[in-house]
Amino acid sequence: MTHLIKLKRKPMNFTNTLLNGEQGLFKEKTLTPMQKLTLRFVVVGLIYYGLAVIEGMIMRLYEVAPLPTIETSQFFAIMTAHPLVGIFGSTYSIVFGAFLFLVPFLMKKPLWSFKLANWTFLLITIGTLTFWLAGFISEYAPLYTLYWPLPADFSQFSPLGGAVFIAGIALVMVGAVFFVINIFKTIVYTPEGWEKQPAGALFASAIGYDGLRNLFSKKKIKKEHLVSLPVAAIARGTIDVALNAGIILFTGVLILAYMVSALLGFDLKETAIDALLYKNWFWWGLDLIADGLVLIFVAGTWYLLAMMISGKDLFMQNIARAALLVELVVSWTVWSHHLLSDQAQPIMLKIVSGELVTAFELITQGLAFFITLATLWSARPLKMTNELKFLLGGLTGFALAVPAGIMQADMGLNRILHNTQWIIGPHVHVAVLIGLTMTLYSAIYILFPVLTNGAKLYSQKLANFHFWAHLLGGIGMGAFMGMAGLKGMLRRTLYLNGEFNLYMILAAICGTLLLLAFLAFFYNIVMSVGINGVLGIFKPSKLNKKELLPTE
Amino acid sequence: MIDSNVVLNGQTMAYTFYCIAILLLMGWFGLRITRKGSSNKVIPGLFYSFVGLLVILGVSLHIVTYNTIPWVEMDVNRANLTPDKTFTIVVENHKFQLPSEKMIVSCDDKVLFDVSSKDLTYGFGVFRQDNSMVFQMQVVPGHKNDILWKFEKPGVYTIRSTEYSGPKGIAMIEKDAIEVLESSSTSTNK
Repeated sequence: MTHLIKLKRKPMNFTNTLLNGEQGLFKEKTLTPMQKLTLRFVVVGLIYYGLAVIEGMIMRLYEVAPLPTIETSQFFAIMTAHPLVGIFGSTYSIVFGAFLFLVPFLMKKPLWSFKLANWTFLLITIGTLTFWLAGFISEYAPLYTLYWPLPADFSQFSPLGGAVFIAGIALVMVGAVFFVINIFKTIVYTPEGWEKQPAGALFASAIGYDGLRNLFSKKKIKKEHLVSLPVAAIARGTIDVALNAGIILFTGVLILAYMVSALLGFDLKETAIDALLYKNWFWWGLDLIADGLVLIFVAGTWYLLAMMISGKDLFMQNIARAALLVELVVSWTVWSHHLLSDQAQPIMLKIVSGELVTAFELITQGLAFFITLATLWSARPLKMTNELKFLLGGLTGFALAVPAGIMQADMGLNRILHNTQWIIGPHVHVAVLIGLTMTLYSAIYILFPVLTNGAKLYSQKLANFHFWAHLLGGIGMGAFMGMAGLKGMLRRTLYLNGEFNLYMILAAICGTLLLLAFLAFFYNIVMSVGINGVLGIFKPSKLNKKELLPTE
Repeated sequence: MIDSNVVLNGQTMAYTFYCIAILLLMGWFGLRITRKGSSNKVIPGLFYSFVGLLVILGVSLHIVTYNTIPWVEMDVNRANLTPDKTFTIVVENHKFQLPSEKMIVSCDDKVLFDVSSKDLTYGFGVFRQDNSMVFQMQVVPGHKNDILWKFEKPGVYTIRSTEYSGPKGIAMIEKDAIEVLESSSTSTNK
């Protein structure tokens, strides 16, 4: 009888839940400006993630058979926008939003500038939309690698479309610079009415100097850390964000100079730029994301999640701090693994930077993996919550993807793997989709009640489906792409005669699972907070901007 | 010299084995973490052993491949080796300009492919009839891009650009551009 009543009520409840969220628990008016801003970052980040997944699916289908409605030039424009929407529009949004909340939360002090954080949000959102639209309309497609002089090849691309595209990226980078300033200022500044804070000592602790010194100090003179480990990890990853923003901004200005000249009717000499030197410069900067801030931020997030889930101190904390500092230096010196197939690249750079330093990533990421698992283990038995299962998924992703990367960063194997689907499948997509994204999902699940003042998740069954579909879809897609790569299938090209269709169809099926996982998650979140709640996040809050959480 | 397919098969087996092991480990961990255990403590010795294992794996991979994959040493020392045959290839406007319609070599030959680009960054890859890759290198404008190779198996091979150079680049395929004959010593023995 009770079941019957429940069934009868369901349609009405559904509309009510859709509008007002699960049990009407989410009250947007109770949110502080900081909570709302963080949720805006997350919502926009998820929308851009959805866009990247749809783009990915279009490409998956196109790799099986070209779609009649999409020209080849459009396909490559999608391929150009896809990783940038994923990295900047989605990951930067979610990560920056979370860290702008977490640093003040963990340090128990207000964010240095709410206004600057708002600018970061606006610049990333608008910048991503700008470069995506420019790519979509003008079909500007030099890919994210931008190998010189392709970005300035105006026989294939429109200089106007390219100029708008680059301007969009520049907006994102300015937003990133604002994020960097805000994070470091928040760590070192003295809030109004507080006792003077030791800015220099806080900075030293944040960049890992304390941890390194403690490793070599006697027990008696070991100093307390002024900054907690997750904040130190955020600070260290932020250094790479700053350096990367500088490199990409400089590169963007360089490309813009060629585009503006072309628009004004002057052709600058492309050979004025050395293509190999440019490639070294560009990969040095880009690896600050791929091998720098991603790995450092991820390790820091693992530590934070492990401590929050287990309620225990981190296993081997000083080593974890020191490893983060080593990872920072490693991220500055690994770029040459992208140039192992460049015959003019000096051999010493290939061996030292390309092979040996890169192998260090196996060690630093392996340490983070072990430390996180050991911390969780110390709190057995744990309940298999959403945050725990997604964290384990994230750990699995990097455990699979990092060794795949180390293998291709070998002079012998690179000769037969470079630019194949192996690189983009088992390494990049497994790292990003399983390693990074599942870690971010874990953070979203654990922060959801904190950021929403106790809203309840609509459906655990949907969360379970989200987990399994994402995990199996991501690993499966990476695996089938990798198998195609081992059979010689290149990335960044098209096979028009169905040469690798078996693998591409299987990869597309797994891609569909990823899309379904995202839709289930998105639906679950919308049903949890309601459409009114989602819209309410974008309304201004009347509460104090200095408060992270409501005082009552 | 061993065929690159042999290396790929070895890599496939090693990585597949590793993936199965890590998935089983994580599955086991996921099960055990929810149950009570006799001890929750992880001893530091286990941690340091794990670090040691990672160091050994990271370094030994390159030592093993240097000593077992023959093209690495040949590549590193190619400036000091004398090729049996040299083919000079120019790439311009998304087109390979080959020295002859078909480049004919023997399995015995150390063949040098010297490829230069007049405009964009391209790739130079050699592929078997089943589309699997024999080897590849980048072709960067303004720089010397050369590779020394010894073919293991006779057959007809296709050249394809392995680097994205804009949408026009997908057509950069020179079908059956290389013919590898059996080595003279093998032929004589027969």
